Amino acid sequence: MIPKLEVKHLSHSFHSMDGETRALSDISFSVKKGEFLAIVGPSGCGKSTLLSLISGLITPSDGEIWIDGNKMVGADPRIGYMLQKDHLLEWRNIFSNACLGLEIQKKLNEVSKERVRKLLMTYGLDAFSDMKPSELSGGMRQRAALIRTLALQPDILLLDEPFSALDYQTRLAVCDDISMIIRSQGKTAILVTHDLSEAVSVADRILILTKRPAQIKTTIPICFPDNANSPLLRRNCPEFSSYFNDVWNSLREGGVS
Amino acid sequence: MTEQVTSAQLEFVERQMKRRRWVTIIRGLVLFVLLGAWEVGARAGLINDFIFSSPSRIFFCFNEMVRDGSIFYHTGITILETLISFFFVIVLGIGGAIILWSNQMISEVADPYLVMLNSLPKSALAPILIVWLGANVRTIIVAAISVAIFGSILTLHNGFSNMDPDQIKLIISLGGSRKDIMTKVLLPGSIPMIVSNMKVNIGLCLVGVIIGEFLVARAGLGYLIIYGSQTFQLSLVMSSIFILCVMSGMMYMGIGMIEKQIKQ
Ligand SMILES: Nc1ncnc2c1ncn2[C@@H]1O[C@H](COP(=O)(O)OP(=O)(O)OP(=O)(O)O)[C@@H](O)[C@H]1O
Ligand SMILES: [Mg+2]
Repeated sequence: MIPKLEVKHLSHSFHSMDGETRALSDISFSVKKGEFLAIVGPSGCGKSTLLSLISGLITPSDGEIWIDGNKMVGADPRIGYMLQKDHLLEWRNIFSNACLGLEIQKKLNEVSKERVRKLLMTYGLDAFSDMKPSELSGGMRQRAALIRTLALQPDILLLDEPFSALDYQTRLAVCDDISMIIRSQGKTAILVTHDLSEAVSVADRILILTKRPAQIKTTIPICFPDNANSPLLRRNCPEFSSYFNDVWNSLREGGVS
Repeated sequence: MTEQVTSAQLEFVERQMKRRRWVTIIRGLVLFVLLGAWEVGARAGLINDFIFSSPSRIFFCFNEMVRDGSIFYHTGITILETLISFFFVIVLGIGGAIILWSNQMISEVADPYLVMLNSLPKSALAPILIVWLGANVRTIIVAAISVAIFGSILTLHNGFSNMDPDQIKLIISLGGSRKDIMTKVLLPGSIPMIVSNMKVNIGLCLVGVIIGEFLVARAGLGYLIIYGSQTFQLSLVMSSIFILCVMSGMMYMGIGMIEKQIKQ
């Protein structure tokens, strides 16, 4: 089967007057349709850069990205990118924030508006449609940001530490919430996180990167019993801590100098 | 919502209200005493009322000007010139700042020139403007624009460049172009900054208009002030300055009201 997303020998360097920063070096991996991939690695190793490359925000110095068996050129509507902060615009209400992407792509019509309304309803935000972002809690804002991304109906979601701005309690709940939403919609997702337990609790596979310039150190497949189908349930499984240790150990190996 | 109001809170509110009343009373008193001392000093011959005028003379002069309508004419001219130049400053200021924001190269090239022009005392330009544009209203308006425009462009451009780069990333990741960045986040997000910049600009435009009127006008409050001082009608000068005070206060308040509207 053709993988949903295929990254082939991707390398990237940033250039400035002070010199060259090599961020990624020869990264290759592929993601199946509907798979949830987590990426962990030391701070500053190039994780955000990797997502920016996949989203088409920046062009790689070297290497290729393929989607559905076709080479990707520039930003692709099949990819949705969720940033660390929600960046809801304060001068728009929740509904019009959720419509921002549609508006930009000139796809805002009655059908798509109805879709946004339905999404807001499904994820418990319909009562807040007319409110300003500042009137919502951190978790609700993050959900609104997800709806803004989902409204464009992307196949692949890129999530760059989407929960790190939240406090721990909310973070667990929102992570549970959002990963369930993504799974129920059958989306393919790539999550970058610093939180190893978060990675273990949501992912089907974890990619571990080395220090900058990032290379793939190992890949750890995660497999939980079928009944443990939410991050919170997974955290209570006996397998959880052994996976956690695996990830922790392979991150540490030669990682901390 | 229906929280019990404690007696300590009531006491605090009471004290604050009382303080505010006193501030208002003392403000009024200060004005009254100053005007009173001025008037008494003038009548008792302690100060020369030919040079210093006096509140009652100013009042009669003001009254006279209201009666013959000349005050409305001159004030109207000054307001009109100020508003026209203010309009140009807003349009050119925002337009210039957008051009600088959208082109890094232009912005870097223009920066030292703008900084230099901004710090140049604009009254030094006025004689050149008279030679170039003639002694007419055009010169007044261009002079007023020149006072405010460079600072306005620099301030707005600085505000635009401090925009959160992640917001730009958001728009691009949603498939937006540079125009989308401008219309969806840059401009709507900058409205508070633009309005507070307008507050400064309206004052500067008034300064520019008065400078212009000093030099070339046949009408306007600046003209009255110069004319009055040259013909030793100090009451006329003082009346004009008084109107100018009220006018600039009202313009400032007008923009303050717009600001309040926007904040809601
Ligand atoms: N626009 C840029 N220009 C120059 N260097 C950059 C740029 N963006 C990132 N870098 C550099 O590239 C390296 C990787 O950055 P990146 O943001 O991808 O790391 P990260 O793994 O996401 O880090 P973190 O875990 O802290 O989020 C860093 O050394 C960073 O300084
Ligand atoms: Mg990052």
